[in-house]
Amino acid sequence: MKVELLKRDIDKLSDIPFAPFAKPGHTTVNSGFRTEKPVCDRTKCNGCSLCYLYCPDGAIVKDGKGIKFDLGFCKGCRICKKICKKGAISFEVEK
Amino acid sequence: MAVNVKTISDDELFFGHKACQGCGGALAVRIALKILGRRSVAVVPAGCMSAVGFNYPQLCFANNAIISTFAGTASMMTGIEAGLRALGKKDFQVVGIAGDGGTGDIGIQALSGAIERNDNVLYICYDNEAYMNTGTQKSTLTPFGARTTTTPVATNAHGNRSYKKNMFEIVAAHGIAYAATASVGYLPDFMKKVEKAMSIQGTKYLHVIAPCPTGWGVKTEDCIEVAKEVVDCGLWYLAEFENGEFTLNKDFKEFSSVENYIKKQGRFKHLSDEEIDLIRKSRDDKWKFINKYFNKVTK
Amino acid sequence: MARKFLSGNEAFAYGVKKARPHVISAYPITPQTTVVEALATFVTKGDLKSEFIHVESEHSALSAAIGASAVGARTFTATSSQGLLYMAECLTYASGGRFPIVMMNANRSVALPWNIYGDQRDSLSLLDTGWIQAYAKDAQEAFDLALMSFYIAEHKDVSTPFMANLDGFTLTHTYESVEIADDKTVDEFLPAFKTENKLDLDDPKNLGFSAGPDTNTEFKYLEHIGVQNTVKVILECEDRFYKHFNRRYTGLVEDYRCDDADFVIVTLGTVAGLVQDVVDALRAEGKKVGLLRLRYIRPFPNEEIAKALKNVKAIGVLEKDISFGNEGTVYTNVNSALKKANLTLRSSNYIAGLGGRDISKDEIKDIFNDLKDSDSKVKFIGLKGE
Repeated sequence: MKVELLKRDIDKLSDIPFAPFAKPGHTTVNSGFRTEKPVCDRTKCNGCSLCYLYCPDGAIVKDGKGIKFDLGFCKGCRICKKICKKGAISFEVEK
Repeated sequence: MAVNVKTISDDELFFGHKACQGCGGALAVRIALKILGRRSVAVVPAGCMSAVGFNYPQLCFANNAIISTFAGTASMMTGIEAGLRALGKKDFQVVGIAGDGGTGDIGIQALSGAIERNDNVLYICYDNEAYMNTGTQKSTLTPFGARTTTTPVATNAHGNRSYKKNMFEIVAAHGIAYAATASVGYLPDFMKKVEKAMSIQGTKYLHVIAPCPTGWGVKTEDCIEVAKEVVDCGLWYLAEFENGEFTLNKDFKEFSSVENYIKKQGRFKHLSDEEIDLIRKSRDDKWKFINKYFNKVTK
Repeated sequence: MARKFLSGNEAFAYGVKKARPHVISAYPITPQTTVVEALATFVTKGDLKSEFIHVESEHSALSAAIGASAVGARTFTATSSQGLLYMAECLTYASGGRFPIVMMNANRSVALPWNIYGDQRDSLSLLDTGWIQAYAKDAQEAFDLALMSFYIAEHKDVSTPFMANLDGFTLTHTYESVEIADDKTVDEFLPAFKTENKLDLDDPKNLGFSAGPDTNTEFKYLEHIGVQNTVKVILECEDRFYKHFNRRYTGLVEDYRCDDADFVIVTLGTVAGLVQDVVDALRAEGKKVGLLRLRYIRPFPNEEIAKALKNVKAIGVLEKDISFGNEGTVYTNVNSALKKANLTLRSSNYIAGLGGRDISKDEIKDIFNDLKDSDSKVKFIGLKGE
């Protein structure tokens, strides 16, 4: 269960609910927060998943024996890099 | 078996929010909701977590969530719990997620009322030690010496002059069913306490230190490290209150350096050696009390 | 149908009991206390199955009610005066959130100076908060209004919280014979509360969110329409009430002998009963006078007022409040209704009953006398001389 990247129209009066209530959902990604993107060296990663646990944005998912970054929602805070005991995570400039 | 990184749910119930990079509060909320699960109903007052996640049409809580008035978190929680019970609903968790200002200042009256009624709700205070959402103004949980926008550093004053209010002991004095302190620097301990709180009937209170790199003046990547250090140098303690007794979860033969903890934060940079001595003394006074009255966990 | 000898507060409490709210949360304040005491007794004796929350302040009372309403529970609270003002932040929260909470307000003066007696300064100073506001005249209407308020508030075209006002002491604490409806008929009259606007364990929602400049206007417009829709729902509700209980109410206003009247007093609440007696006495002397009682102040009965007063020479708006530096608030609203209908009759303002000061029959007679050539200057009735 995760908040979906659904698009919600708010252009017409009929788009607006009669009260402030709505299904969860959002329309924009958070990649604009960062200037460099995270990269995981799979040869160093031991799948401990600490980076997944400590990411404030939930932008890391468990992926088989390792992890994968959700680049739409990584803000580039680098907590993952700091918390990794194997030095498997580095950041590189995005083109 | 206690929940850990391998067994914790993969659900992301607080996702896509616009919190700052490295937000300790967002981490605390994300982890708590994973453990509390899909049938939790979150009440979030004015503050960082509501401001970053509840801007129509962008709504970032996958479970049921509602913003409360600033002063009304605990009373809204009470009403939701009573309403769900009256409607015959079962198997749900009502959780409040408020900041230090929303808890210790404007929200303390409603919280006190909820504890007195022993309403079956879980109240989580994510403590970033100031009114961060509005730009870092002083709250009653702002520690001594901290620079905030309402306790600036200038000739007349040298940052905040009062000491951090102890909400954990205040709720304990109510005879609350369960209360605990935590830190995002010791996440497994926090996770265990969330899980334990869920299993207890009555009002539960969790107070988790959640550093704000923006307001504290630390690098975003150092959020977890500084949350660990505040415990290691003794300025914050990990403990529980249950059945009328305090229990210390982590004891220290020797504390790490208060000065190191203080100096690496922008909000404390201006402090003199004398002021750091005062801070060290306040820590020592507190630990005299802890050593006298808290049960220690024996290995 | 049973009859009971009840105070206004007790009658309202019986109405709430019959409506069977899921959650009651209230904080005591004179002269509301006997309502919550009665409800606490009903719950404790097992006659009413509600969750009764002992909150520690009025702000928490309404905040808890909002929480309960937000999960789809029928909710009730009650307050007065200082309490109403203390929960003011939650008033717009409830109305903006479109939560159909019913609240009984015991009209009482507001500090400073301190005064526990009845006037209408508390509710009339909060007309813009988005709540429906009704004013009861007697204990029977109090009981009936308790039932109707849930129906109206919870109606899908309205979905707006409802403030039922009872004059402090003059209605809350005076006793009358009241006809109490039976449970079965009440259940046929009042359907269960259903709404989509709620936190749902099977279909999660986010409520109470922020709406910025791009959508805020639309939310407020829809709220405005909701209160406007209340007019037709009130009329429909009263028809339905008549079918079930054989008691007839007359919509947003009660027109008493205005038809061929030259001079009319426009007022609200229990004083209308007194004015009615004076109207009858003066009519017996051949004077053409009438009474227009405003039962609802929000929504405001613009059309009904214009219709009732179109052939009248002059009116006096008699109210228990004052908007300092200007005039009584009801007077402002009534004059706007007259202007909208292009009526040019003379309209005067009489401020009375502040801080619970009694209004006498002679003073009412004097007002009717004054209306023969009154002006629009605000007049404080019974003001002590120099």
